[in-house]
Amino acid sequence: MARFIARRLLLSLLTLWLLASIVFIIVNVLPNDVGRTILGPFAPQESVDAFNEKLGTNRPILVRYVDSIVGVFTLDFGDSFVNGKPVLPQLADAIGRSAKLAGLALLITIPIAIAAGLFAARRRDRPADRAIVLLGVTSSSIPEFVTGTILVVVVGVQLKLLPVLANTPRDADAITQIRYLLMPALAMAIVYFGYIARMTRAGTIEVLQSDYTRTATMKGLTTGQTLRRHVLRNALIPTVAVIAVQIGYLFGGIIAVERIFAYPGMGQTMLFSAQRKDIPMLTAGVIIVGIVYMLATLIADLIIAWMNPRIRLDAER
Amino acid sequence: MDIPVASGPLAPTTPVAPGAASPISERSQARRETLRVLFRRPAFIIGCLVVLGWVLTAILGERITPYDPFNDFSLGHQPPSSEHLFGTDRLGRDILSRVMVGSRDVLIVAPLAALLGVGAGTFLGLIMGFYRGIVDDILSRLVEAFLALPVILVALLTLVVLGSSPAVVVAVVGILFTPIVARTVRSAVLSERQLDYVTAARLRGESGLFILSREIFPNVLGPTVVELTVRFGYAIFTVATLSFLGVGIQPPSPDWGLAVSEEYTNMISGIWWPTLFPALAIASTVVAVNLIADSLQSVLTE
Repeated sequence: MARFIARRLLLSLLTLWLLASIVFIIVNVLPNDVGRTILGPFAPQESVDAFNEKLGTNRPILVRYVDSIVGVFTLDFGDSFVNGKPVLPQLADAIGRSAKLAGLALLITIPIAIAAGLFAARRRDRPADRAIVLLGVTSSSIPEFVTGTILVVVVGVQLKLLPVLANTPRDADAITQIRYLLMPALAMAIVYFGYIARMTRAGTIEVLQSDYTRTATMKGLTTGQTLRRHVLRNALIPTVAVIAVQIGYLFGGIIAVERIFAYPGMGQTMLFSAQRKDIPMLTAGVIIVGIVYMLATLIADLIIAWMNPRIRLDAER
Repeated sequence: MDIPVASGPLAPTTPVAPGAASPISERSQARRETLRVLFRRPAFIIGCLVVLGWVLTAILGERITPYDPFNDFSLGHQPPSSEHLFGTDRLGRDILSRVMVGSRDVLIVAPLAALLGVGAGTFLGLIMGFYRGIVDDILSRLVEAFLALPVILVALLTLVVLGSSPAVVVAVVGILFTPIVARTVRSAVLSERQLDYVTAARLRGESGLFILSREIFPNVLGPTVVELTVRFGYAIFTVATLSFLGVGIQPPSPDWGLAVSEEYTNMISGIWWPTLFPALAIASTVVAVNLIADSLQSVLTE
């Protein structure tokens, strides 16, 4: 297991380096003049040059590349173009708030989606299964901001059940916070329900058709016992993998949800940074979400290796 | 499924009397069979009808809208009434008319992005899966890194750096989709290249390029077509979200995502109609495309 973890960690670091390089290419190699972009087309050339000097964007490209890669690995994302202060501390609080929202969304969606997937798999091709599959396709194809809008109009404005904006009052207790976060979390939960439910369904159907499931049934175990002892462990492997992938995407979708509900998370911060062309802030956000994605898939791989020794042994060979 | 499922565009379906048909007609017969199975699925038909409907309203535009969607200003923010079925927006334009032409930009940008992503991704996937070796190793690591990138956030960053225009949106979304498609096609190629027909072609002395383009490619066409429709759905999803964030399709387009972006802050004061109707239009389109994709998936790849 130790060798497996070491190998997997090394691969993650390689991926992080490539990811940081891709982001560097987007920001630096594409033709653009940072000073000009920020100061606008009418600024005199001297102030553009002075600004580039101050930002360090006129240094040789290799120096900037090494600088930015070292920065990514030491979690130093440079200074904001707008206020000149280091980026990471400015993002930290917002990331925490986004994580809270994303966590609530996952907490809602994972149990419901897994239950729905299992339920559908056991009733394969019957009306209940068809309905869940159709619901999954529908829910996972609608963008978060659309679901959010519809929720606001129906639940917030028409029925007045939940607050329309997610800006929780200061020092609110946990229940109040959840009340405020429920609608944005639901908007995200609905999108991820579809992916997770379909994966669970597909994984379970495959395992239910396997020989060892038949053996378990034939040796007289009840359906519940077969599910608990033999089916779940293998059937949930693709589900674990897809949840990890979704955690990364969750932060992509969160930006639109935070805008609809005016929630002061990292999405809002990035959107403000986009409007002010604060590129270090944006790159930091992209790379941090990339790191979150990689950590999530890393943990998922470890869980999968623990769930299925065959995978672990294969990788060690 | 109780419906007979054709196993691929080239799979022989009905037995043909010996010598009665050339391989070509057998192939077109198989294609007809696939279509017949597809059109027996209500989900596929509904999906096609909805997409076709939006394409028609986009093309016919001003000829069938009740009002001029662009330059007919009346009282702003009128609620839905018999005069304005969906109400009016903040400038007093008829929302029904604007929703009817609101698919124009996204239905050009999204398919182009999907085509770019699937074209480039299929090319890369074929090469990775067929030649394996060091090329595959390097490209696989790159694909891995691209998959860690959050699509919406990277698109936001790139559009801020380059400035937003429809061409840049197509390029950014297309390139971000490429690795995902490449991975799908690669795994399809990996399972094809072990089959006997590839070995037979090798033994015949065919070149790698011939085997790749004339033998393997037609057999991974099924998953590729499925991927194209799936990507089309995601492209609409992504472009609409980018427009909502203000970096996608730009004003004065009547684009749905943009309309939601311009009016969503008024929801809190009870003015929900300028936001809800474009939002429902987006929802109907993406769901329709995904219904088509889902039907194609179960008919073409199972």
